[in-house]
Amino acid sequence: MKLAYWMYAGPAHIGTLRIASSFKRVHAIMHAPLGDDYFNVMRSMLEREQDFTPVTASIVDRKVLARGSQEKVVDNITRKDQEESPDLIVLTPTCTSSILQEDLQNFVDRAQLDSKGDVLLADVNHYRVNELQAADRTLQQIVRFYLEKARKKEQLPEGKTEKPSANIIGISTLGFHNQHDCTELKRLLTDLGIEINAVIPEGATVDQLQDLPKAWFNLVPYRELGLMAAKYLQEEFAMPYVDITPMGVVETARCIRKIQQVVNSQGGEVDYEGYIDHQTRHVSQAAWFSRSIDCQNLTGKKAVVFGDNTHAAAMTKILAREMGIHVVLAGTYCKYDADWFREQVSEYCDEVLISEDNGEVGDAIARIEPAAIFGTQMERHVGKRLNIPCGVIAAPIHIQDFPVGYRPFLGYEGTNQMADLVYNSFTLGMEDHLLEIFGGHDTKEVITKGISAESDLEWAKDALTTLQQVPGFVRGKVKRNTEKFARDRGITQITLEVFYAAKEAVGA
Amino acid sequence: MTVAKDAPALNFECETGNYHTFCPISCVAWLYQKIEDSFFLVVGTKTCGYFLQNAMGVMIFAEPRYAMAELEEGDISAKLNDYDELKRLCLQIKRDRNPSVIVWIGTCTTEIIKMDLEGIAPKLEAEIGIPIVVARANGLDYAFTQGEDTVLAAMAQRCPKPKDVKSEQKEDPNAIQKLLSFGRNSDNDKPQASEYKDHPPLVLFGSLPDPVATNLSLELKKQGVQVSGWLPSKRYTELPVIDEGYYVAGVNPFLSRTATNLMRRRKCKLIGAPFPIGPDGTRAWVEKICSVFGIEPQGLDEREAQIWESMEDYLQLIRGKSVFFMGDNLLEVSLARFLIRCGMTVPEIGIPYMDKRYQKAELNLLEQTCQDMGVSLPRIIEKPDNYNQVQRINELQPDLVITGMAHANPLEARGINTKWSVEFTFAQIHGFTNARDILELVTRPIRRNNNLKGLGWDKLVQEEAKV
Ligand code: SF4
Ligand code: SF4
Repeated sequence: MKLAYWMYAGPAHIGTLRIASSFKRVHAIMHAPLGDDYFNVMRSMLEREQDFTPVTASIVDRKVLARGSQEKVVDNITRKDQEESPDLIVLTPTCTSSILQEDLQNFVDRAQLDSKGDVLLADVNHYRVNELQAADRTLQQIVRFYLEKARKKEQLPEGKTEKPSANIIGISTLGFHNQHDCTELKRLLTDLGIEINAVIPEGATVDQLQDLPKAWFNLVPYRELGLMAAKYLQEEFAMPYVDITPMGVVETARCIRKIQQVVNSQGGEVDYEGYIDHQTRHVSQAAWFSRSIDCQNLTGKKAVVFGDNTHAAAMTKILAREMGIHVVLAGTYCKYDADWFREQVSEYCDEVLISEDNGEVGDAIARIEPAAIFGTQMERHVGKRLNIPCGVIAAPIHIQDFPVGYRPFLGYEGTNQMADLVYNSFTLGMEDHLLEIFGGHDTKEVITKGISAESDLEWAKDALTTLQQVPGFVRGKVKRNTEKFARDRGITQITLEVFYAAKEAVGA
Repeated sequence: MTVAKDAPALNFECETGNYHTFCPISCVAWLYQKIEDSFFLVVGTKTCGYFLQNAMGVMIFAEPRYAMAELEEGDISAKLNDYDELKRLCLQIKRDRNPSVIVWIGTCTTEIIKMDLEGIAPKLEAEIGIPIVVARANGLDYAFTQGEDTVLAAMAQRCPKPKDVKSEQKEDPNAIQKLLSFGRNSDNDKPQASEYKDHPPLVLFGSLPDPVATNLSLELKKQGVQVSGWLPSKRYTELPVIDEGYYVAGVNPFLSRTATNLMRRRKCKLIGAPFPIGPDGTRAWVEKICSVFGIEPQGLDEREAQIWESMEDYLQLIRGKSVFFMGDNLLEVSLARFLIRCGMTVPEIGIPYMDKRYQKAELNLLEQTCQDMGVSLPRIIEKPDNYNQVQRINELQPDLVITGMAHANPLEARGINTKWSVEFTFAQIHGFTNARDILELVTRPIRRNNNLKGLGWDKLVQEEAKV
């Protein structure tokens, strides 16, 4: 047993569902108790998704437990097959239902007999892996399933596209800034004269998967999602992949150079140096920002970075190499892939922290007292408590990670966003500091003082206590309304009864 | 409440479908705030923890008073000893937070692996010296708000008897502090005793934000009824005294187990009334309590009329409109009854679980209200199937759908006005004073869309959902 207050990565079924519901015309059946189907809420609320999330919980309750789940699961699969005729139905348990140790493969086999679409059991060990690993695994499983199917039917495409082309692998629903990153990557590839053969899984259909091998290479922007599929495609179809995250000016250039190498090794003749130079010096403001006087003020400032492998590693490099900021600690919660992280960041920071325990991360921040933090929502809150500004650079996702405006982290526009993020994080820290000095922060005590000092009315203790329970942002208004009400009626003491009567009269 | 016997009876169906609602362990999110000296420990898996962290939007940040006891492979395969593991965690909690009570929230996993929380708790509590209350709020047996029911049902067992309190007060070094603390302390009330009529003790149950609870107590005080305590209280150490023969009344429709426990185990008398939601419900609730105590209620007519009058601006927006409840938090019947009284029609009330006995008075009032308003009775569908409901919504095109969060945006995108049911769980909706806040929520989508009208944005998806 582990005492846990917070999780950086979700449970496995979340990863599987992210993949399934990213595809078009794929439905997932989740074999789970009633309360486990919050994935639908997350997707609909965080992504402001307009369509019904294609995930149905086949509910495990007391009765199902007693009778066995097979009938119900099979019924739900075949029912969904008829109702929405998806191309594929993915069945997944949650860690809760996987404890039942049922033969789910058998359920799937039975359901397949009566279903027009394909039925697949997500092959994930729910006890051992987290959301990120499960997503990676499920994507690979689906890709493989359809390529093997095509191979059997002899429907695999022959040869490559005429012009250089790429698949972007790893864009998914509920991914951190994924949608905007994807737009930016497409733009980048188009600038490089590379066609987009497919983007998976977001927005793709499973029919498209058989055409994946037509692309010249696969681009895997995120370390956490897509690598398994890319490796499978390399092994089976000899497709090269590029797994350098184009985040920051230097890494973006490195990614582009790698693409050049991969394209030219297959008979292409491209030279991107001019493009890189132009983008770096004229399009991206980040390089200029690094040279500007603003950034000079950041030199040597201490920072702590924490996040998933992709973003924490990239951010560490940006801060250290491009902005001259002193990264005291770089950390990741991707424990399962810790070696890669160490290798990536050790030369750019003093300490490396590999941990899934937010308490440990918080303690490290408190000890180091950096000038800024770049982390997850959790570190943002740690920062709030310690009065250290924090830029959010990684999942767990939050409604703020789905801005309506365009905010990619990757590519050249991403470099501008990064520069803003870094600059604002540090300067907001300054502002906060100034506010503190000049007493600009609103505090609870102020209103209490206000009541006893400048008011001719007397507040009874219970009414005052109740007033204090009114949410801060309307408290002032409620207080004013109540006092007005009392004055109008010539009441001098505000009791709880008066307080409520005022609330009714004002209708607020 | 008299119901004409020849009226058409309410129609109950059970669809036993796939429906969406929150897990009952979500009650932790509001109970830990309500009971200020508590610590809630959810014994479950990452799935449970991630739910609390995400879906509820309650992020477990600074100074949390709840946590997960995350079960790992060794716990599930029973390699580890549950007692020792829980002891280790609870000692840590005691050291770090020193709460007055630790509430263990069971989950589906503890049910499936048959972890004996109830057996372990008494021994451990004796060993570590902190009361441990066990509530099995799992998603196999309960939905959403029923989680609170499991906790309160368990806490009902811990309410002191009068004799416990007397002997305790002599030794209790905190007695002075208790006297000073704001609230329903019986000692505080003594000087004012004359304002109250003479009646047997009344304890109210249901977790409401403090201002709302106080408000309801005051409403009763106006009739001379004294509330001697609330379950839960603000602090675990101030749980209300309960004795055989005490009267109890609930404020929420999802508390049937708590009611049962209070009756069966604590030998209390339950006052079955409609719930104090909306001016009609509040009035009926006050009236029923008064009638049990043989008190003639004063001024309720005017009080109710005045509230209705003050809401007229909102009523004009909703009169004659229809509202469809997909079913989520078990407040559906009470809200539907109130909205029908407001002049709306309700074709369907979905509800995760319907306890017809505990909700009897509320159901009667619903029937009565439909008759009075001359509208047809809603279908009441227990454990609805959300997919089928969406088909029905497409056909009926209701003016408003009150729904769980998963369906709100997709319905909005199809031109259907929605309101999250969960808002009614968290908003302050009880009593006369707050009735307007219910309408504030109900009319918001209508007001918002009135503002947007003319932009031609009401349908944002191209194809309709396949029928
Ligand atoms: S339904 Fe069960 S497993 Fe799921 S979150 Fe609730 S208690 Fe945990
Ligand atoms: S499978 Fe086991 S280890 Fe994994 S999340 Fe579920 S309970 Fe935790």
